[in-house]
Amino acid sequence: MTDKVIQRYNAAERINHWIVAVCFVLLAISGLAFFYPAFFWLTGVFGTPELARIVHPFVGVVMAVAFGRQFFRYWHHNLLNREDIRWMLSVKEVMKGNEVGDIGRYNGGQKAMFWVMVLCVAALLGSGVIAWRPYFAASFPIPVIRIALLVHATSALALIASIIVHVYAALWVQGTIRAMVEGVVTHAWAKKHHPRWYREMTGKKL
Amino acid sequence: MTSSSLDIQRRSATPTTAPEARNPTEIAQLIDVSVCIGCKACQVACSEWNELRAEVGTCVGVYDNPTDLSSQAWTVMRFAEVEENGKLEWLIRKDGCMHCSDPGCLKACPTPGAIVQHKNGIVDFNQDLCIGCGYCVSGCPFNVPRLSPKDGKAYKCNMCSDRVAVGLEPACVKTCPTGAIQFGSKEDMKEVAATRVADLRSRGFDNAGLYDPPGVGGTHTLYVLHHADKPELYSGLPKDPSISAAVALWKGALKPLATLGIAAAGLFGFFHYITVGPNRADDDTHADAHADTQGEDRS
Ligand code: HEM
Ligand code: SF4
Ligand code: SF4
Repeated sequence: MTDKVIQRYNAAERINHWIVAVCFVLLAISGLAFFYPAFFWLTGVFGTPELARIVHPFVGVVMAVAFGRQFFRYWHHNLLNREDIRWMLSVKEVMKGNEVGDIGRYNGGQKAMFWVMVLCVAALLGSGVIAWRPYFAASFPIPVIRIALLVHATSALALIASIIVHVYAALWVQGTIRAMVEGVVTHAWAKKHHPRWYREMTGKKL
Repeated sequence: MTSSSLDIQRRSATPTTAPEARNPTEIAQLIDVSVCIGCKACQVACSEWNELRAEVGTCVGVYDNPTDLSSQAWTVMRFAEVEENGKLEWLIRKDGCMHCSDPGCLKACPTPGAIVQHKNGIVDFNQDLCIGCGYCVSGCPFNVPRLSPKDGKAYKCNMCSDRVAVGLEPACVKTCPTGAIQFGSKEDMKEVAATRVADLRSRGFDNAGLYDPPGVGGTHTLYVLHHADKPELYSGLPKDPSISAAVALWKGALKPLATLGIAAAGLFGFFHYITVGPNRADDDTHADAHADTQGEDRS
């Protein structure tokens, strides 16, 4: 391959990302099985339904910790600015494949997605611990556990829908998966989707 | 454990209909609180028939022992000292599963068949299917199910469904020396209750009545109470129990909403890709890509 590439994620960041992703898939499979009677058979992925129930919260904690690491890596890249608002307001144009604005490392959509994930994971961790039997749930009053279960299922479903969008965006904008697999993106990719970041990384004028 | 000779009316986490053909009569257990002397023979009978042994506790200053329901104590007597009309009253209630017509435990349970409601009204847990999530504990408006610390599974009174299936009364009913617990068709039990309520009223308990709360569709454990207007007096029997709004929302509206949200996300992605097509920038890695197609709507 003759492309000139820019490093976007180093090995530690990529490992971190895929730990979160694998945990998420396991959590979504077991969680959806508890949520939808018609999908209860998905618990079979874990051996038995009871094992799925036991394993889920532990995987959740691993994911929450790994996601916490990502949060501290990236939060300062995800503060919204005026350019992001412009991006969000013109999201229709973006959907057609036309870039809008002088985008830095992340665009408005990516930043919004980041904060949705932060909110959901925080809510899932808090409510998940409250509902966690046999270790923690008994220390909470039953009305609190009821709210926790409602919050847990709601934020889980919101997160799953968001992750579908997240995965789709990575597939749609070609060359993006490579950033999280090999760690690099091409100059053309960076120039097109993140021009300001491209200039920062290469010192070039566009 | 459920008994296969009883017909099933409802099954947890099972949206399709239950067998419809046979229609056994609804049964009920009537607990006349005004006749109970708190001897705990029912507790012992329950423990004996179901082969349960709660740990020997210590006296906590009141007669309650064990002090709470557990996987080894499916029924406990609760003793309350209250002052009503200037007189001290000692109210004793046999606590345990109410066998609701609309059981919150069953609604909450995520495991197909771990909780069933028999056609005769008995709500029964199937421990071999139970995954120990404790949702039933949160779903129950009466705070009845308990997880076993040994196997993590949920247990509660099953109204001796094994005995009832072969035409016997529950063990507690058989044992009660005062006749404070009676058993029969729900209709008959309501009639018996009516005569008891009339008797109590004639003796000055103007608010005597039957506890058969409509918020849970009625129950199959019924109480005759001297103060039916204040059930809370009886160690916190809820006044107007129903499945909590949080549980109803979680097990109700949230499901179609969630389905809609996830389906929308998935379908959006699919149709977007097959109409707008991929967003490419790497011309040299995609020999077939045209530099100028990136921005165009090719649909
Ligand atoms: C962050 C740490 C997490 C913890 C501590 C946690 C804990 C729990 C617990 C205790 C339950 C009840 C069943 C069981 O005991 O296994 C549960 C259910 C569930 N979890 Fe999690 N979880 C976490 C993360 C997640 C994530 C990231 C998702 C989404 C992908 C998720 C989706 C679900 C769903 C859908 C249910 C079923 C809720 C229902 O029955 O309606 N959880 N979780
Ligand atoms: S009292 Fe609780 S455990 Fe018994 S049937 Fe009603 S909801 Fe279920
Ligand atoms: S603990 Fe068992 S019976 Fe209770 S809701 Fe969970 S699977 Fe159902």
